[in-house]
Amino acid sequence: MKLTLRVWRQKNADADGAMSTYEVDGISPDMSFLEMLDTLNEELILHGEDPVAFDHDCREGICGACSLVINGDAHGPERTTTCQLHMRSFEDGDTIDIEPWRASAFPVIKDLVVDRSAFDRIIQAGGYITAPTGAAPEAHATPVPKPDADFAFEHAECIGCGACVAACPNGAAMLFTSAKINHLNVLPQGAPERETRVLDMVAQMDEEGFGGCTLTGECATACPKGIPLMSITGMNKEWLRATRKVSKR
Amino acid sequence: MARTVWDSTLGKKTVMAVSGLIMLLYLVVHMIGNLKIFFGAGEFDHYAHWLRTVGEPFMHYEWTLWLVRIVLVAAVVAHAVSAYQLSRRDIRARPSKYVHKRPRASYATRTMRWGGVILGLFIVWHILDLTTGTVHPGFRPGHPYQNVVDTFSTWYGNVIYIVAMLALGLHVRHGFWSAAQTLGAGSRTRDRALKTVADVLALLLTAGFIAVPVGVMTGVVS
Amino acid sequence: MTYTDYATGEPVVDTKAPKGPINERWDKRRFEAKLVNPANRRKHTVIVVGTGLAGGSAGATLAEQGYHVVQFCYQDSPRRAHSIAAQGGINAAKNYRNDGDSIHRLFYDTVKGGDFRARESNVHRLAQISVEIIDQCVAQGVPFAREYGGLLDTRSFGGVQVSRTFYARGQTGQQLLLGAYQALSRQIAAGNIEMHPRTEMLDLIVVDGRARGIVARDLVTGRIDTYFADAVVLASGGYGNVFYLSTNAMNSNATAIWRAHRRGAYFANPCFTQIHPTCIPRTGEHQSKLTLMSESLRNDGRIWVPKAKGDDRPPNEIPEDERDYYLERIYPSFGNLVPRDIASRAAKNVCDEGRGVGPGGQGVYLDFADAIERMGRGAVEAKYGNLFDMYQRITDEDPYRVPMRIYPAVHYTMGGLWVDYDLQTTIPGLFAIGEANFSDHGANRLGASALMQGLADGYFVLPATINDYLARNPHEEPVDAGHPVVREVLAETEDRLNLLLSVDGDRTPDSFHREVGELMWEFCGMARTDSGLRKALERIPQIREEFWRRVKVPGTGEEFNQSLEKANRVVDYLELAELMCLDALHRGESCGGHFREESQTPDGEAERKDEEFAYAAAWEFNGTGEAPTLHKEDLVFEYVHPTQRSYA
Repeated sequence: MKLTLRVWRQKNADADGAMSTYEVDGISPDMSFLEMLDTLNEELILHGEDPVAFDHDCREGICGACSLVINGDAHGPERTTTCQLHMRSFEDGDTIDIEPWRASAFPVIKDLVVDRSAFDRIIQAGGYITAPTGAAPEAHATPVPKPDADFAFEHAECIGCGACVAACPNGAAMLFTSAKINHLNVLPQGAPERETRVLDMVAQMDEEGFGGCTLTGECATACPKGIPLMSITGMNKEWLRATRKVSKR
Repeated sequence: MARTVWDSTLGKKTVMAVSGLIMLLYLVVHMIGNLKIFFGAGEFDHYAHWLRTVGEPFMHYEWTLWLVRIVLVAAVVAHAVSAYQLSRRDIRARPSKYVHKRPRASYATRTMRWGGVILGLFIVWHILDLTTGTVHPGFRPGHPYQNVVDTFSTWYGNVIYIVAMLALGLHVRHGFWSAAQTLGAGSRTRDRALKTVADVLALLLTAGFIAVPVGVMTGVVS
Repeated sequence: MTYTDYATGEPVVDTKAPKGPINERWDKRRFEAKLVNPANRRKHTVIVVGTGLAGGSAGATLAEQGYHVVQFCYQDSPRRAHSIAAQGGINAAKNYRNDGDSIHRLFYDTVKGGDFRARESNVHRLAQISVEIIDQCVAQGVPFAREYGGLLDTRSFGGVQVSRTFYARGQTGQQLLLGAYQALSRQIAAGNIEMHPRTEMLDLIVVDGRARGIVARDLVTGRIDTYFADAVVLASGGYGNVFYLSTNAMNSNATAIWRAHRRGAYFANPCFTQIHPTCIPRTGEHQSKLTLMSESLRNDGRIWVPKAKGDDRPPNEIPEDERDYYLERIYPSFGNLVPRDIASRAAKNVCDEGRGVGPGGQGVYLDFADAIERMGRGAVEAKYGNLFDMYQRITDEDPYRVPMRIYPAVHYTMGGLWVDYDLQTTIPGLFAIGEANFSDHGANRLGASALMQGLADGYFVLPATINDYLARNPHEEPVDAGHPVVREVLAETEDRLNLLLSVDGDRTPDSFHREVGELMWEFCGMARTDSGLRKALERIPQIREEFWRRVKVPGTGEEFNQSLEKANRVVDYLELAELMCLDALHRGESCGGHFREESQTPDGEAERKDEEFAYAAAWEFNGTGEAPTLHKEDLVFEYVHPTQRSYA
C-alpha cells in the first residue's frame, strides 16, 4: 500500500505546530497502525529527520498509552485502540490525517504526545478505596452480588487512554471520571467513601479544566473499551445523592 | 453548599435540568391553553381572563399569574446563565479544533446552543408581541383572540413563530433526555422509554403550537 | 581471556532465610527483623523504580508505613506498567473449592513446575502470602469474577489439578494493577510519595558499598538528575525484550537491572526464559511485538499440523487422517494441556520439520471445530469470545470458521537480579522485586503465578524486610549531588548519551535491536546447543562494536527524544544478551524453559542433571565483554524431592 500521511508536528509544548505531509510506501495491510508509523520513523531517522513522537507501549490494547486522532476519530475508524487498528482498514492511496488528542487539560508535549496527568490527579482525588495493606478482612467476609460485581468490572475496564476527552466537543472527562466512580461506588467495599469520592473527583475534574457534558455521546462512541454513556448518568446520580447527604451533615 | 453546587459543572447542569423541566411543564400547559383558539373567540378570551383570576378569592387578581411569571423568569435566567457559563467552560476546555473535521453527534444535540439562543430571542419578541403589545401595531389588551389572529396574518409573524417552534422541538428532544441523565433518572432499561417520551413531547409541543398559525393561515381561525 | 573463560568465585549464600520448619520461617524472619520506629520512618527515603504490580504495591505500602517514597516510571502514568497486560489470573491457596488445595500444595506445584531450580524457603513464603493477597485486593475493590452467590469464582489454570486461580475475565493483570495504582494514588495525594512519571532510571549510585540513589532522565525535558535515598528498590520488570519480539510492552527494558548489575549486583539464571506456546504468529518483517492468547484456549482447542511437509492447502480442506494432532499423539495422557515449555518446543519441532502453517511456516493450528460441535458456538463464544475477537482483529481471520494459527513467543524471564530471602541484592540497600528478581519460579513459571509473586513481594515481603535494613544501617553522612561518586556516575551517564548522539552513523537503533533479537531467538530461544550458543557469543560483540560505530540517533539529549531512549536501552540489551548466552552455555543440562539439545532423554524430553546443576547461577560483572565471575547458590530440597517431570 502507498499512503499519504498528514501528521501534526510540534517541536515542544511552547512551539507552534502544523500538519506535515509524508509519503509512505510498501505498507502491508497486516501492519498495525503503529507499525506503519514505525516504518515512517525508520525512514525519517535514516534521512536525518526527527521521527514522529507518539505514545505507545503494550501494543495489545490494554495499557492505554496510544492516543492518535486519525481522520478526525479518536483511535481511528474502528472501535479499538490505535495499536490494534490495522492498515487493512484503509485503502491503497488514502490520505490519512493524524493529530494528537486535543483538550486544554491535555497539553501537547511533542508531535502526537500529550500530557494526560490530569487523569492521574482525578484518581488521586478519590478514585480509590482506603484499604491499607494488611488491614483487609477475609475476602469472603463480604459477598458481592454478581450483577454488582459485573457492573463494577464493566466500568473498571477503562484504560485511561483519554479518547473520551479527545472525542468530546467540550473536552469533558465525564466518561473517564464516571467509570471509576461507578466501579467503586457499587461495591460494598467502596461504600464508606461513596460520597466524598464522587464529590472530590468531580471537583478535581473541574479544577483540571475539563469541559461539561452535553450528552453528545461522542465519548462512548470513541471508547475502545465500550464504557457506556449511561455511566455518566450514574455519576450524576451519585453526585446529587452525595450533595444531599453531605448538606445534611 | 449552594456555592459548591453552583461552582461545579454538575451543579450548573442540575440547574439547567431543573429549570428546563419547569419551562417544559409550563409549555405543555401553555400549548393546551392555546388550542382553545379553535373553539372560538369567546372561549379563548374567557380562558385568558380566567388565567388572571386563578386562585381567587384566596389570591388577588393576577397574583397567581405573576407568581407563575416570576418562576418562569427565574427559570429562564437560571437556564440561560448556566448555559452561558457552561458553554464558555466547554469552549475553554477545547480551544483548538481538529484539522480533520467530520460531522459529530445528532442534529438536535449540535443545535442546543444556537437553538437556545433562538428561543431566548423568540421569548422576548413573543412577550413584546402578545403580552405587552409593544411591537404589535393595533394591539388590544383583553382581546387575545384578535391579537393572535393579527400576528399570524403577517408573513413575518408566521416565519418567526414557526422557526422558533421547530427549534423548540429540537431543543426539547435532546433537552428532556439530557435533563433525565443529569438528574440521574436514566438507566439502561429506561433509556428507550425516555427517548420515546422526549420524541413524543417534542413532536406534540411543536405540532400543538404550530397548529395555531396554521389555523390562522388556512382560515380555520379568523 | 575470552568471555567464555569465566572463573567460579565464592558461592553465594542466602544468609537471611531462617532455619527450622519451612512453614515457620517467614514468621521467624519477620520477628527477627529490626523495626524502624514509626516516628523515624518519615526521615527515611526509599526510591522505588517501576510501578507495576510489584513496584506499585511496594510504593503504596511503604508510604502507608510512613516512609518517604520517591517513585519512578518511564510511562506517562503509573497505571500503564506492563503488569496491566496479564490476562489469565492469580493463584492463591484459598481452597475455596474444597478440592484439596493447600499452601503446601501450591508450594509443591511451584517448586515442581519450576523444575527444581527455585529456592524452597522463598516459594513456601509465596504460597503462604498468596491468601492474603486476595483479601487485600478484594478490600481495594478489585472486581474479581464472582458466582451468583456473591462469592469469588476460581478456575484451574495451566494444567494444575486444583481450581485456585482467581480472575477478572481476561484482564486480571489490569484489575490488580489498577488496585495497586489506586493505593499508590492515595499516597501520592497524601504527599507520602513523590511520583516521577516519564522518568527513566539510567544508573545506580553506590556509595561506600551501599545503594544510595539513582541517576534518572526526565523523558520530556531530557534533564538528567540524581536522586538520593536510604534504600533503592528495583521493580522494573523482566528483560524479555532482549529478543526484540516478545509479548512485553515496547518500552519494557532491562536498563535498571543491567545498570545495577554493572554496579555490582549479581545477575542470576539469566538464561531462564519462558516461551509461551499460544501467541499470534508474526506476519512479516514489520512485526514490532507479539500478542499472547490466554493459555486457557488449550483447554478446548486441539493443536495440529498437516502430516505432510509443505502441505499448503487451506486447513478445512485437509482431511482428518492427514492431520497430525502431535501433542495428543506424543503425550496421550496430558494431550494439549502439557506445560508451556513442552508445548512450545513441540511446536518448534514440527515447524522445523517443515510442517508449520501460515506465512513462513512459523505456526501451528489451534482448532476449535470439535469444541464448537461439542459445546455449541454459543458456549465457545461465552468462554473465549474476547480472545476470538482479539485474534480476528489482528489476523483478519475468523477463528469460528478457520483454525487459529499460533506460535510460541518470549513471554517472561525467570532470571533476574540475585536476591536473598529479604529480596536484597548483593549490593546492600538495593532490593529487587517482582520479575526483576530471580527468586521464586526456578526454571519455569506456572501460569497465574507472576501476578502472585509481584504482589507478594510488593505488598508483604519487601515492606517487612526493608525495615530490617533501614533499622540496622543508619546512614551517618548524607549523600548529595556534590559527592565525588555521584558526580562520576552522573558524568558517565551523560557521556554515554552524548556518545550515542554523536556517532551519527547509518543504522537505526531498532535495526540493531532486531538483529540481536533474531540472533537470540535462533540460538538462545526454545532449544539451545553448545555450538549455537558459541556462535551467538561470537556474533554479539561484533554487533556491539558495529552499534557504536554505525548507530544513528537524531535530535538532542535536551528534548523528548524516543530514539535516544531506545538506543540507550539497546546498549544494555547488547551486553545482557551476551550474559544470557554464556549462562545458557554453562548450564549443560535441560531444565524448565532452558532446553539444551545435548541433554535430553531418549524420547526427546528435557533431562535435568541435579548432581551438577542444582544451583542458581549468580554472575558478577567484570566489565563489558570481560568474562564474568560465576557464584553458585546451592539449592537444597528438604521438602520437595526432585523427580524427572513426565507428561507422557
